[in-house]
Order: sequence, then structure tokens, then C-alpha cells
Amino acid sequence: MSTKVYANAKEALKGVADNMTYLVGGFGLCGIPENCIEALRDSGVKNITCVSNNAGVDDFGLGLLLKTRQIKKMMSSYVGENATFEKQFMSGELELEFCPQGTLAERLRAGGAGIPAFYTPTGVGTKIAEGKEVRQFDGRDFVLEKGITGDFAFVKAWKGDKFGNLVFRKTARNFNPMIATAGKITVAEVEELVEIGELEPDQVHTPGVYVQRIFKVTNQEKRIEQRTVRKG
Amino acid sequence: MPLNKEQIAQRISQEVQDGYTVNLGIGIPTLVVNYIPPTKTVMFQSENGLLGMGPFPLEGTEDADLINAGKQTVTALKGASFFSSADSFAMIRGGHIDLTVLGAMEVDENGSIANWMVPGKMVKGMGGAMDLVAGAKNVIVAMQHVDKEGNSKLRTKCTLPLTGVKCIKKIVSDYGVIDVTENGFVLREYAPDLTAEAVVKATEGKMTIAPDCKPMTF
Repeated sequence: MSTKVYANAKEALKGVADNMTYLVGGFGLCGIPENCIEALRDSGVKNITCVSNNAGVDDFGLGLLLKTRQIKKMMSSYVGENATFEKQFMSGELELEFCPQGTLAERLRAGGAGIPAFYTPTGVGTKIAEGKEVRQFDGRDFVLEKGITGDFAFVKAWKGDKFGNLVFRKTARNFNPMIATAGKITVAEVEELVEIGELEPDQVHTPGVYVQRIFKVTNQEKRIEQRTVRKG
Repeated sequence: MPLNKEQIAQRISQEVQDGYTVNLGIGIPTLVVNYIPPTKTVMFQSENGLLGMGPFPLEGTEDADLINAGKQTVTALKGASFFSSADSFAMIRGGHIDLTVLGAMEVDENGSIANWMVPGKMVKGMGGAMDLVAGAKNVIVAMQHVDKEGNSKLRTKCTLPLTGVKCIKKIVSDYGVIDVTENGFVLREYAPDLTAEAVVKATEGKMTIAPDCKPMTF
């Protein structure tokens, strides 16, 4: 009988190879698939194109794959938290395609939804629109942006069932739902893996059809990037 | 003396109307929340996927899954909602956010803004700024009027890579409150310790003084 359930990240990453495009969920260090990223590092795959809103920090998240120079190209909206990134980019080792955050989210959504491209007002008249088609609707200019898909998509969810239905928690949702739809093979790592029928259908954020592989995280740090508190 | 950061934030808070949904950028804009009187109902949106953002958590209650766009731990107020980045930017691009406040390195007399890149020096990225300036109904820029060398950051034409073209209509700087119009910058209010003429003199772009121009009040 077929199953989507895998024992761990290493098993769930079978088939990853050099020169592939990987979509990675998360915003900052929030809602990133920690176990998948570590397994990618350990797999040793090279020349990766990585689509993710951010690039982690020097010693955590996607920063781990920058340190080992496994990433050839990043597509992100903001990479300001990572000194390794800046160094590799400035020296020309690393390619970078900046994409506005909302455009990146929509490109992933479009990719997963079978929409090859769409027009957006974001970035018209800026570097981002250079070389792209611009078209006027109702007197306003819009730029054509293309959908994005990947060979693998890696997402992090709070709960998942054995069919791959996912529920995210608070702002750890961020890019994960769109990324889940845009991978040829989508791997979900979940904090709680439950039986089919245990998730309330009305509460499912990502229907299981988008998820090909799922595993329960073996260890997770859930690091906080900026711990800010107030006095009671 | 020009205004300090808190005073800039305090002046901007006067532009926030009861019932508004507001997105605040990183830096000075974040301080605006401290000056919203309890008589106004205002919802704050954080573009990483939270509407109804509350204050920082009490020590010991921080949650790694609950952060703002600056990656700081925050709380969610009663009536809050969480959503994906695609939904978040649908709100922003679709014109559902009443006001966005963000910082800038340069704004020019046509209302174009630059705040995401210094070629050869700084590669951090635009994050959500390009979407915010393209989509919000109303954008206010909170910025320093001049750089450390005293050069005007309110330019005739932006010299840095643009974030958005002709999208800024109001600036609150440490020197004054400035509207951006068809005829360039119009000074509406000036910092109490300065004069209107001094603000114009410190500005590179074309600036006129509004007939009813007055000192700022808080």
C-alpha cells in the first residue's frame, strides 16, 4: 500500500540531486523546514538554485547551505541578516535574484496553480521591471512576472496527517502554503504527525494533494531571531 | 534642533485615523504605535502574515511562531488573524491597507522613493517595500531630512535604485511635514526650533512654502 509517510528527513529527501531548484518555506527563521535543510546539507548536493524569502543567518537555516557553498543562486526578497551571503555575493561566487516579497509569494502561488505569469503593479519603473513586459490596464502600468515551480519543495507545518493535510501555526505559515503547491515533490516536516481523520477538514490549511512526502521532525531548535519582550 | 525619532513618530500618529488598518515598516515607523490614543481603534498589519498585531510579549511568553516583519517576537490581539504571505500581499496590493509608514534613503520631488539598495555597498533587498508603496492607499515616509554630511535626502531626482515611482504624497522628516505635489515639495509644517526658510534651504528638490505653513505641534 502506498504511503506518504517517511521515517526522517534523510529518507524523505531521496532523489535530490545537483543543479536542482528547491523551494524553501519560512520567513526569517520562523516556519523554516529545519530538518530538511540539514538533510540537504548532509546530502552534499551542489549548484542549487534556492527560492526562499530569506537566506537564514550565518549558522542556521539556509545559512548552513551557504557556508558549504552548495547554493549557486538565491531568489529572495531580503537577505540582510546574513554576512556570509553578503560576502559571497559581493565576491561574485553567488548569484542573486531579488524579488519583491509580495511578487515572490504570488509567483509561487501562480506556479502551483498552473498560471504561467501575471501582471502586478509592484516594481514598475524600478530595476525589478527591467527587461520585463509592461502593460497598461485602466491607465496604470503593470509588469509581467512569471510563476515559479521547483524540483522539490520543503515546508514546515505544525500538524499533518498521513495523507499530507497540513495545519500551520501562527506566523509560521508565511510562505509555506504557496511553496507546498509549487514543488514537483513536496516534502512536509511536521511537529505532530496524526492519523487520517484526526484533523478537522474545516481547519486544514494545505490539502494533502499538494504533499507527496511527510515526516515528523526528529529534533528542532525553532530559533528566535530577535527576542523582544516588554516588562510586566 | 530638528525633531528626534520619537517626535517624528508622534507627528505621524496624528495622521492615523480611527478605524484604519496600518502597516508600519522597520525603524522609526515602528514607534508610531506608541502614540496612538486609546480613543482610536487601529489594526496593525504585519506583512509576514498577521492582522491585529499587539505589543512585545511578556518575558517568558515569547513564541518562535509569532513574529513581526522585523523578525521580532510580538503578540496577537483579540480579533487578530493569521494568513499566508500570498494573502498578506493581496491585502497590500489590493488596496485594503489604509496607510503604510516606511523609511527612505531618498525621496524626490516627483514622489519617487529609494530605500532598498546602495549599489556596491549594501545588498539587503526590498522585502515587502515595493509592494507596500505600490499598493497602500496612503504612504507616509518617515525619514531624516539630511544625511550625516548635511546633504539633502529630499532630492530633485533619486540617485539610488528606486523602490517605487511617483507613489509618495507625504513625508514627515526631522525638519517638517512635507506634501509631494505636482509642483514638487510643499512645506506644510516645520520643526518648532527651525524656520520654514531653513527647511527650504536644506532641501535639494524644488520646495515651496504653503501659505498656511506653521510650526509643528504635538
